[in-house]
Amino acid sequence: MIPAAAILLFFLTYPLGLGVWLGLTDTKLGRPGVFIGLENFRSLLDDDVFRLAVFNTMLYTAVACALKLVLGLWLALLLNRNIAFKAAIRAVMLLPFIAPTVLTALVFWWLYDPQFSIISWSLQKVGIIDSYIDFLGNPNAARASLIAANVWRGIPFVAISLLAGLQTIPVTLYEAATLDGASRWKMFRHVTYPLLTPIIAVVMTFSVLFTFTDFQLVYAITRGGPLNATHLMATLSFQRAIAGGQLSEGAAISTLMIPFLLAAILFSFFGLQRRRWQQGGRDE
Amino acid sequence: MGYLETRSARLLTVYLPLGTFLFVLLFPFYWMTVTTFKGKDELYDYSRFNPFWPTHPTLENIKKLFFDTQYPLWLWNTMLVSFISTFVSLSCSVLAAYAIERLRFKGSRYIGMSIFLAYLIPPSILFIPLATLVFKLGIFDTRLALILTYPTFLIPFCTWLLMGYFRTIPFELEECALIDGATRLQILVKIILPLAVPGLISAGIFAFTLSWNEFIYALTFISSSEVKTVPVGVLTELVEGDVYHWGSLMAGALCGSLPVAILYSFFVEHYVAGMTGAVKE
Repeated sequence: MIPAAAILLFFLTYPLGLGVWLGLTDTKLGRPGVFIGLENFRSLLDDDVFRLAVFNTMLYTAVACALKLVLGLWLALLLNRNIAFKAAIRAVMLLPFIAPTVLTALVFWWLYDPQFSIISWSLQKVGIIDSYIDFLGNPNAARASLIAANVWRGIPFVAISLLAGLQTIPVTLYEAATLDGASRWKMFRHVTYPLLTPIIAVVMTFSVLFTFTDFQLVYAITRGGPLNATHLMATLSFQRAIAGGQLSEGAAISTLMIPFLLAAILFSFFGLQRRRWQQGGRDE
Repeated sequence: MGYLETRSARLLTVYLPLGTFLFVLLFPFYWMTVTTFKGKDELYDYSRFNPFWPTHPTLENIKKLFFDTQYPLWLWNTMLVSFISTFVSLSCSVLAAYAIERLRFKGSRYIGMSIFLAYLIPPSILFIPLATLVFKLGIFDTRLALILTYPTFLIPFCTWLLMGYFRTIPFELEECALIDGATRLQILVKIILPLAVPGLISAGIFAFTLSWNEFIYALTFISSSEVKTVPVGVLTELVEGDVYHWGSLMAGALCGSLPVAILYSFFVEHYVAGMTGAVKE
């Protein structure tokens, strides 16, 4: 049984190491490279497209995660109330999360179509806009559209996880707060929020990790366009490594994603620590 | 404190936002389905037809998808790859999780920790080195490449989930069995596994959907059309040129999402348990 764990570690750590190593060579598709030190990283730092991709990734992650947290938390709070058809709503709500990302991304692409977008059509009919929105045509609109699609996909995960956390908060606390005359906001601020922080920390770590390394959505909807405005680090590394054949450069880009991930993981670690302490539980 | 508010306030603060959420979350699926059943003339003509409903529903798009493209083959590939890799990962994870949780060898805690870290390593970092590995092993452009690489993200996930599950099974049961002279393997097969069925289902369903949705490995390791999976096939083969055939594209998206949706509908509770379990542990 121990070998099972050992094999697993080998299969994951080896590619990871290999990735870092590839970043230090000048390997191209079909041609083994030689060690060239930090050359790839140096050239990347002078690369405008790469810097734009880093900026995009940061922006994308920050905005999308913040929105996912706020909307997800709101949805979780709504679902935590006594409402009709709760189970059914919860089940249906998860659909965006389980449906294959690429396929739903295609739907968004169709929704964002410059000529036949149903969103533009409806808004025009209602009289809010005069001309059709060019969702993917200019850089900022394209970024916003992608973020919207990402948030759409991410909300159910955040909401369901936080809902599970909310359900562990004893009702008695709310009853006590009501008797003490606490307003709805005060109850949220002083009861719900502190008890939910550990779970929020973990959920947000996951959310940040997966948003930061997102690939599918961007690749399916814009492929990094227009004018590289929506390239994320992951899509850029695919573009350079597989489409462009510069394996080493792509690997260098992926390697540069690692520090960010480490930061996120550390964050998660402290989140978990706090949880254990809060429950007054033992440290394993 | 639901009983403290009036009905209209409740309508405004609960049902209205909830309805909006549901509408936004579900509309893309509705739109996908409606588009699938629209004919060519209806698809782009919003002035003569009501865009929100197919006036003359047709199976044209689905027919085209299944008879003029290699879509059935992609479905088959996806199914095959997902089944096998889920099965492989589950069997490995059961052994690993049991070993980590119950054998209590030196450093098992650290291995448990690193499994969790491994789960956090995303495919978009690993696809380049894995591509070179796959190439060296000579399995580039085969289904085997996917079957072998999918477990790299499935095993950590399943192991993590099952570890949490095994922890809930009482120690005493095992001690009894040990006294009765059962071996570790017998304990695992006869006591732990039957008790862990719900956990196994959660992990299995989750792993299956994860491998069904996987995109970046399949995109990188596969180039011939006959071995592509649904997401890759739809995106690379159906999207061609400047004219997008939205009808068949949406049909492809619908038929590709349906299998997971159906599977999911049977096991909603297990799925939710798996998801929240993975976060809570």
